[in-house]
Amino acid sequence: MLAETLARLYNMLPLLWDGLQTTFLLTLTSLVAATIAGVVMGFLRAYNIFPLSYFVYVYEKVLRGVPLLVIFLILWLVPPDFGFRIDRLHAAFLGLALRSAAYQAQIFRGAINSIPRGQVEAAKSLGMSRTKGIQHIILPQVLRLSIPGWSNEFTIVLKDTSIALAIGVTELMRRGDQLAVLHSDIVLEIFLLVALIYFIIVFTVNKILSFIEEKFRMKGYEVEVER
Amino acid sequence: MTMLEVKNIHKAFGELQVLRGVSLDLDKGETKVLIGPSGTGKSTLLRCINQLTPPDKGEVWLDGVEITDKSVDINKYRQEIGFVFQHFNLFNHLTALKNVSIGLEKVKGIEKEEARERALEELKRVGLSDKANQYPAELSGGQKQRVGIARALAMDPKVMLFDEPTSALDPELIGEVLEVMKSLAGEISMLVVTHEMGFASSVANEIIFLENGVVVEKGSPKKFFENPDKDRTKQFLSKIATLYGDSGDR
Amino acid sequence: MSMWEFFVEIIPELMRGFSVTLSLTALALVIGFIFGIMLALGRAYGNWIVRGVCIGYIEAIRGTPMLVQVFIIYFAIPGPWPPAYWAAVLGFSINSSAYQAEYFRGAFQSIESGQMIAGRTIGMTRLQAIRNIVLPQGLRMAIPAWSNEVIYLLKYTSLAYIILVPELTRVGRLIATETARYMEVFLIIAIIYLVATIIMTDIIDRFESKVRIPGLGAQEAETSQRNVW
Repeated sequence: MLAETLARLYNMLPLLWDGLQTTFLLTLTSLVAATIAGVVMGFLRAYNIFPLSYFVYVYEKVLRGVPLLVIFLILWLVPPDFGFRIDRLHAAFLGLALRSAAYQAQIFRGAINSIPRGQVEAAKSLGMSRTKGIQHIILPQVLRLSIPGWSNEFTIVLKDTSIALAIGVTELMRRGDQLAVLHSDIVLEIFLLVALIYFIIVFTVNKILSFIEEKFRMKGYEVEVER
Repeated sequence: MTMLEVKNIHKAFGELQVLRGVSLDLDKGETKVLIGPSGTGKSTLLRCINQLTPPDKGEVWLDGVEITDKSVDINKYRQEIGFVFQHFNLFNHLTALKNVSIGLEKVKGIEKEEARERALEELKRVGLSDKANQYPAELSGGQKQRVGIARALAMDPKVMLFDEPTSALDPELIGEVLEVMKSLAGEISMLVVTHEMGFASSVANEIIFLENGVVVEKGSPKKFFENPDKDRTKQFLSKIATLYGDSGDR
Repeated sequence: MSMWEFFVEIIPELMRGFSVTLSLTALALVIGFIFGIMLALGRAYGNWIVRGVCIGYIEAIRGTPMLVQVFIIYFAIPGPWPPAYWAAVLGFSINSSAYQAEYFRGAFQSIESGQMIAGRTIGMTRLQAIRNIVLPQGLRMAIPAWSNEVIYLLKYTSLAYIILVPELTRVGRLIATETARYMEVFLIIAIIYLVATIIMTDIIDRFESKVRIPGLGAQEAETSQRNVW
């Protein structure tokens, strides 16, 4: 009966909320870490600072060429061979952060490269040193130009936290899975509910990010975004 | 007194020798105009002066100091050379006001409020005080360029360099920029690269004709337009007259 | 047993897993392509009902994780069917179709409307104009985004691991658990994926060069001269 199903689903919400909190935690922490690393790596490659820029190149290629699931499994299963453990949640955080950093490095590099040379010349002509110029003229523009790409990355990371289920992290997806095992007669409904929750979150986050994007958008140019 | 001395500048880009020993000087309050066919190094010369493009050979002296000397901190002297770009190069993330005040605040270390007031004055001087809070994308080409001039002037430079300031503008917007530049003539030393012969003839103390990386001729506007020495100069001027319909007559 | 000997021994099994990965990828791509184009065309040229359905479908897919979609198809459809492999194919296809639809939409949008009108003017029906004018241009312009999709699917088919499809990652996991040689196994798996993505990118780049038409290219961010201080 529909009413009964809805009632049962309703009772699952607290547990799902618990999973959702882990999802948020993972998303936000790994994004922040990845952004910091991404900005640094973006600058290293855009300004061609040898030999680090080469390492960044290799890092980008490797972390974008290996599936996130494999990264998770490596971080969780391989360390014991070397004598230490990374617990599930940290492994998930690390995996998400490392991978996202590779994509963000690309985003920031694209943003840096799309700033016209004239901006640098104008800053120099006022007598700005390299440091001041980067700080006051380049970086503010880079950050604004990166917002669309970054927003895209946000939702990607948010959705990919679901993969952490494979190493036992109790985020939203896993909670749903656990509930499905307990209530095997309404499996479809449970996962539809989980899907709905994700959808609402992603939708809301996108709306907020669009708003921010509009506020800070610099009329003039945009940077191409890759998935 | 001589504000700017440019001595024997050479510059090559790869195989291409763009400047082959160009010299000129600028006294205080003088306005000199550089003309010549496109691609002959006029812009490059300006860029060599404030070292946006460092020259291969030659010296640049600003108010008695050799700024091409390696030991000199070029950033310090760039503050004293105002540069106005063909494509404006306004800082896109800043308002017109901030564009003008940022050099004062961050390079000269002036207090925020004081810098702001000074910037407003400069904007007023170029006739744009009502646009202070607009962003570059909201301004017309002529307005952008005037902000660019205000930004350069705010630093109290000893010399102003103008790199084809009106070449990127729609015809009806050229006038407002030339007006501002005319108002500066005499007050501040200016070196202008331009195709605007009307401006050159009415404002310049001297016109310098540059071709193939060397100075072909220099002289007062009157001499230059009415009775140039070199044939090459005559050829060039007649071409310009056809193009711009302006033979330099007042 | 040394590392090299171990590699040699497990390669055949891993390759079987990899072939499953490849087949999942290929099927998802092709089915996603067909449905993706239909979605894109429906969205661009359909009436408001068709458009609404297409948009709703695309937004729902893009707003939820791929794993959820696979789970819904696998677990939620009652009965022993579909087997995990086909549930995975279906899930990946549905997901890919939504994203491909968006890539095509972007490409179609950047073809000026004048092209379509010109086609109608010389007497083509809408369908003919689409087939002969819009599609050839649109598909070429979608290649860069589409190449992303190929790489994306190649990696994300690994999610089938979770429903026990014997693709590369699952096969590797089984071997690793049996032999307890986690590091070697996962190292080689990572390398296989890496090499596959690099080769795939290269193949697509070559393809793009082959079908390139002068003057027809997707708008990319203007990278002016290097912004070096």
